[in-house]
Amino acid sequence: MSTANAILTVRGLRKYFPIKGGILGRTVKNVHAVDGVNLEVFEGETLGVVGESGCGKSTTARLLMHLIEPDEGALYFDGKLVGSPELPLKDYRRQVQMVFQDSYSSLNPRLTIEDNIAFGAKVHGTPAREALERTHDLLNRVGLDPVRFAGRYPHELSGGQRQRVNIARALALRPRVIILDEAVSALDKSVEAQVLNLLADLKEEFGLTYVFISHDLNVVRFVSDRVMVMYLGQVAEIGDADALYADPLHPYSRALLSSMPSMDPDNRTMEPALTGDPPNPIDPPSGCRFHTRCPVVSPICSGAEPALTQRAAKHLVACHAHDPASGYSAPSPKEAAE
Amino acid sequence: MTAPFLSIKNLGVTFTGGTRPVRAVNDVSLDIAEGEAVALIGESGSGKSVTMRAVMRLNPEKRSKLDGQILVGGRDVMGMNARQLSSFRGGEAAMIFQEPLLALDPVYSLGDQIVESIRRHETVSRDAARARALELFEQVRIPSAKSRLDNYPHEMSGGMRQRAMIALALACRPKLLLADEPTTALDATVQIQVLLLLRELQRELGLSILFVTHDIGAAIEVADRIAVMYAGQIVEQASARDLIRSPRHPYTLGLLKSRAHDAMVKGTKLDAIPGAPPDLANLPAGCPFAPRCFLADAGCKAGPIAMQDLGPGHQARCRRLDQTALQDVG
Repeated sequence: MSTANAILTVRGLRKYFPIKGGILGRTVKNVHAVDGVNLEVFEGETLGVVGESGCGKSTTARLLMHLIEPDEGALYFDGKLVGSPELPLKDYRRQVQMVFQDSYSSLNPRLTIEDNIAFGAKVHGTPAREALERTHDLLNRVGLDPVRFAGRYPHELSGGQRQRVNIARALALRPRVIILDEAVSALDKSVEAQVLNLLADLKEEFGLTYVFISHDLNVVRFVSDRVMVMYLGQVAEIGDADALYADPLHPYSRALLSSMPSMDPDNRTMEPALTGDPPNPIDPPSGCRFHTRCPVVSPICSGAEPALTQRAAKHLVACHAHDPASGYSAPSPKEAAE
Repeated sequence: MTAPFLSIKNLGVTFTGGTRPVRAVNDVSLDIAEGEAVALIGESGSGKSVTMRAVMRLNPEKRSKLDGQILVGGRDVMGMNARQLSSFRGGEAAMIFQEPLLALDPVYSLGDQIVESIRRHETVSRDAARARALELFEQVRIPSAKSRLDNYPHEMSGGMRQRAMIALALACRPKLLLADEPTTALDATVQIQVLLLLRELQRELGLSILFVTHDIGAAIEVADRIAVMYAGQIVEQASARDLIRSPRHPYTLGLLKSRAHDAMVKGTKLDAIPGAPPDLANLPAGCPFAPRCFLADAGCKAGPIAMQDLGPGHQARCRRLDQTALQDVG
């Protein structure tokens, strides 16, 4: 892994989804899907993104891909502002591709596998014949024999095979970054392992950078160099995968990790780390958004929003408990956990 | 141990609706003692949900064929008529589903749904039924239970809905709870709460639980015993401890080895099982796992494989068990 330069830089990303109501159909409320996210993705790394439903991880992916327009914030690719004359959207999209969770709805059911894969390349100006050749190469590369599969339609393939097609399609434009939004979550465990191995091979072969979004904490740890934990539209913590899993600094990360089933019949989980569900992102709590469920909450937490600050080498956390100047008074999370 | 509360013997389920009959469940035998929790794990299409539905006779009657025997509390489920079935469902055995928003009625409040269910099975007054509903809500630890009874399903969060569905299932004091992937749609921090709740209810009420999941981790948190299904058959069953520590069927071994887990060194490859599960409409003659198995020989593909005993409560359906004792799961 090289941490030399940030390939993707996100500054102050915000996206609210309006909820219309009343007779006039005016915006009455907003879903705070992504609220002030700053982040860097370094060339050649895999950045894992974890969090519960409604935490904004998929919205972040769509914003990174420019599938939806952010309300606020800027996105830089290789230091160039995306959407500026320096880097038009179409050029950007050639560099960044996405694989979705649902392998079926993300393919065109009326195109054959090879047409599905070659379509993007043709749109971006690759001659048809060259696009087709590349498609057959890619099919080989993802473990599908082009002689058997190129002419088939998506419904004739199994879920694992279709996800391989989606990966081949993402590679067809020779991108540098691939965003994997729950890309292996719908697959059976035995097939998931095959696809994870394939992703690791491709990353090495094509020198790719991955943003890997998943709710499966075991898988994220296995694939990621760094991990970002999100809660209600904000980044709670971001750091090296091993460091974060070994010693999570944010009380939410700690709770999330200890909610993983123990895998040991003699040592089952006795006490849930948190009670209740995550709050609704329509009216997120004031101050630190986690304060309503936090086991180590202090009065300051409901008042002021903690900033994402560096607390250890390459390890950033947004929590008042880690900021001596915040006025935080409860026992530090460390002591409380012991 | 007394006689099992749920006893499934040589169950087979064939779906006949399509162009070719699909053998979804084949020769499944499974016992659950009173107060015992058993998890049925397997991949999609392995027949775990179909097996569970067969216990409630929920598979479409006209398009499926059942064979074998299912006894619940000594009563033959397959021989029940419509009337007996409807008092059996909810009365002796109740089921909870993956998606409470689909399983609950959206136009009645949770309290009304529970009251209706109680009064369908027992002759009690509305007020008495309502009081029981409140008790149930408290039992499944729904905060401010009293006001929550008047909530409609859409007014609750995912975890709360799942608790409400469990309360509804327990309304008529069933002895057997069938849980079909009850935590799959939930977030991690909520999933563990519901798993622990199921375990507490099992202990407090002496419930027998059949728990279907694809998540081995969830199964270990809840189950005393685990049965692994593959292509319509139970390929291995054992106590949770034995199954994790000393799995013997090559498929169980493969599943445990292919998991990403914390002891893993970064950059190593996952030990994936090659290939994909077979087509249930076109099953191979021998062991259905043979085409993907690293131990398979000609004999494995020749004909059906019988269940082998490996020790108390531990069985596996494999001819090459002499070879698998040496495998290390890591």
